[in-house]
Amino acid sequence: MWPLIDNALEHNGLITAFAVVGGIMWLSVLLSKYLTFGRVHGSAIAIVIGLVLAWVGGTVTGGQKGLADMALFSGIGLMGGAMLRDFAIVATAFEVQATEARKAGMIGAIALLLGTVLPFIVGAGVAYAFGYRDAVSMTTIGAGAVTYIVGPVTGAALGASSDVMALSIATGLIKAILVMVFTPVSARLLALDNPRSAMVFGGLAGTVSGVTAGLAATDRRLVPYGALTATFHTGLGCLMGPSILYFCVRGLVG
Amino acid sequence: MIIYGVALLAVCTLAGVIVGDFLGVLLGVKSNVGGVGIAMILLICARLYMHRHGGMSKECEFGVGFWGAMYIPVVVAMAAQQNVVTALHGGPVALLAAVGAVLVCGLTIAVISRSHRGEPLPALDAPPASNAQVAPAGGR
Repeated sequence: MWPLIDNALEHNGLITAFAVVGGIMWLSVLLSKYLTFGRVHGSAIAIVIGLVLAWVGGTVTGGQKGLADMALFSGIGLMGGAMLRDFAIVATAFEVQATEARKAGMIGAIALLLGTVLPFIVGAGVAYAFGYRDAVSMTTIGAGAVTYIVGPVTGAALGASSDVMALSIATGLIKAILVMVFTPVSARLLALDNPRSAMVFGGLAGTVSGVTAGLAATDRRLVPYGALTATFHTGLGCLMGPSILYFCVRGLVG
Repeated sequence: MIIYGVALLAVCTLAGVIVGDFLGVLLGVKSNVGGVGIAMILLICARLYMHRHGGMSKECEFGVGFWGAMYIPVVVAMAAQQNVVTALHGGPVALLAAVGAVLVCGLTIAVISRSHRGEPLPALDAPPASNAQVAPAGGR
């Protein structure tokens, strides 16, 4: 009986991947609701589960492509591969209201720019300190410190190795979780009580899931303002990471 | 038709990737220079244009919106195929980089928010006088 099912699942790899990822999402929404009381967003938990599964897959098979190395889950490789990933990320730009962007004004634009450049410098600096001294690895890990999307998009564009990509995703993910958890605690320190500072916060903290979850726990009415600038964050990062920022790093380390 | 939306998204993505590759060749680097970002800008422009000149049906928007909603699941699948085993040998790089980035950004937010203070929202207990959406955005 099992070989029959196994065969069917393997031959419909992508469909199996949809079902598996759907299951992971369902589980993480439940975990988010009952374990963290909505403090940590379901999507962040789902990505953590994904990374853990990649570790399991890598340990079991000894391969380099995580869960996708197991024949049963080869469809994960297609679903999360560069092609569908870029396709889905580009689609998110559709929800950006360009006319809304004017409301954020100059301060939003400055916050966005700083929110891309500052984490990048920190990330690339830490990477350098730990011996990742080639321009591609430094840029990829630095971009991961911007958001967990900008990291792999930049890494794929520059041809970074998979372990550097995994580090870059993990960096962005830890950042998103820190933002979610610590925003309500530090709301007073950050003066997060008005739409304007919420927009500054969205631009600087980046990661849409981190910003929206953090603001929702602080004051629900601030969410649209933070999300407004945060939605541009990933786009700006994807634009600057593999271009200007990479050239700067390459110019510095050769 | 839904396929129009999906096709629009596909054309924008392809155009962005091609332009990115072209820029890479032009600048003499073996990489895609900002392709996804360019594709996003193209899609935003296409949307603005179609809104002004008509031709954007509900179903067409749904064709793009579906893929936008698939973004987190796709990222989960992406995370599940990374070389985590090797990455863990890299030590606490991810943790340090993330904590550092959050601290630096937090300080900057505090500085900007405090030096250019906006008007606070009324206290939550007060009866909502108006919808938060129509409140003026930004302090001055």
